[in-house]
Amino acid sequence: MSGIGTGYDLSSTTYSPDGKIFQTEYAQKAVDNSSTVVGLRCKDGVVLACEKLVLSKLLVEGSNRRIHNIDRHVGVAVAGLAPDGRMVANRAWDEAASYKRVYGEPIPGHVLCERVGSYVHMFNLYWSLRPYGAALLLAAYDKNGPALYAVDPSGTSLRYFGTAVGKARQAAKNEIEKLKLNELSAREAVIEAVKILYKVRDEDGKKFELDVSWVCDESGKVHQRVPDELLAEAERQAKAALEDSDMDD
Amino acid sequence: MPPASPCPGLDGCMAPSTSTPVSMGTTIIAVTFNGGVILAADSRTSTGNYIANRVTDKITPLCDNVYTLRSGSAADTQAIAGYVQHFIAQHQAEEGEHINVKTAANLVKMMAYNNKDNLQAGLIVAGYDKHGGGQVFSISLGGTITETSFAMSGSGSTYINGFVDKYWREGMSEQEAMDFVTKALRYAMTWDASSGGCMRTVTITASGVKRTFIPGSDIPPTYGELPFPTAPVRA
Repeated sequence: MSGIGTGYDLSSTTYSPDGKIFQTEYAQKAVDNSSTVVGLRCKDGVVLACEKLVLSKLLVEGSNRRIHNIDRHVGVAVAGLAPDGRMVANRAWDEAASYKRVYGEPIPGHVLCERVGSYVHMFNLYWSLRPYGAALLLAAYDKNGPALYAVDPSGTSLRYFGTAVGKARQAAKNEIEKLKLNELSAREAVIEAVKILYKVRDEDGKKFELDVSWVCDESGKVHQRVPDELLAEAERQAKAALEDSDMDD
Repeated sequence: MPPASPCPGLDGCMAPSTSTPVSMGTTIIAVTFNGGVILAADSRTSTGNYIANRVTDKITPLCDNVYTLRSGSAADTQAIAGYVQHFIAQHQAEEGEHINVKTAANLVKMMAYNNKDNLQAGLIVAGYDKHGGGQVFSISLGGTITETSFAMSGSGSTYINGFVDKYWREGMSEQEAMDFVTKALRYAMTWDASSGGCMRTVTITASGVKRTFIPGSDIPPTYGELPFPTAPVRA
């Protein structure tokens, strides 16, 4: 079957004539087809929110976690192939732990982000490996303040005020641009993030759950899931906002 | 089998020994004050009874904002300082900003702890960073690290325990802190045979590093000592 990259897409060590590495692009497609993940860096913290499609009634509620703790002050949300994302998250955990052991202090966000980026990039260099089909949104609160980073399958790592990856990323990013993030508290940012996820998702009637975490002043600069009551309130507001906009039609 | 030496360091003859390790029987002291830290040391390095270097600089930079005071085996402490300078340079390249004093001290501790069987080194690490201000850390022989507001070490420090108990205060001004360390060193250098020579101090604050040198002749004598002759002595 011939597609766009035919002939130049069999190996990550082959460039195409227009300078692309198709294997990396295909890995990015794995991320683009996954359900949406949103990250917001607000005044006093960082919020990560994932939409999780519940694939089976037999799954226990809350399983299939997409947000992982890397250290007390850092967490990651994964988009794309879940096992791939887990591998990269484990590497981030390793890096954070070894940094703490050698230097005696928690790893700063920009150092961890560089290390994870280098690690993911390495898988784009060798014929014997395939690129990771996962993107990570990293939420860190270190001595320099709160920061949000995104690492994609090519190994690019960038720092953001707010970003989204996955299926509805474009719509989500448009919504994020409307927010005044510097004025939002972490609480308010959680509610906004959940509202965005509800608004941009595909209304296909399928059951879904949310994985929402924060690291902020209110959480004592510790990365953790948001309190149940806050999540419930955020979902309530999100559903109400949807109904309001429905009524406008 | 040569006869046992009557004096350590003098192998039955008057030449200095090569078998006794070069050691810094020493006095080193570091204090925090309102705005930074002051590190101070004597300048004597001895091989047994022979003073190998009477103008030693025991205050060694680990990086721009963190210095260390070295006591114990001179070779061991120089080696540790060299390694830690290298690790800190690497770390600062990755981090993109000056290292924290605590982190630098942790690196020194790792060297001391992981090589404890082969080293004889007591170090004091002190410096200034924008997150914690002036800080002083002691790293003992086995690799214990402790943060304190002032620290002292070396053979001469035992003679001034009473003095520092009485005169140490938290949050002194820079001048008060300088007076405190120079006075303390002066007493230690008087009473300890392994400490002496001149005094060196290094002051580290947010605005940078200042070094001073106080020659032995400028150190006033303590109670009971004869004063330095002001004119040539006639035999």
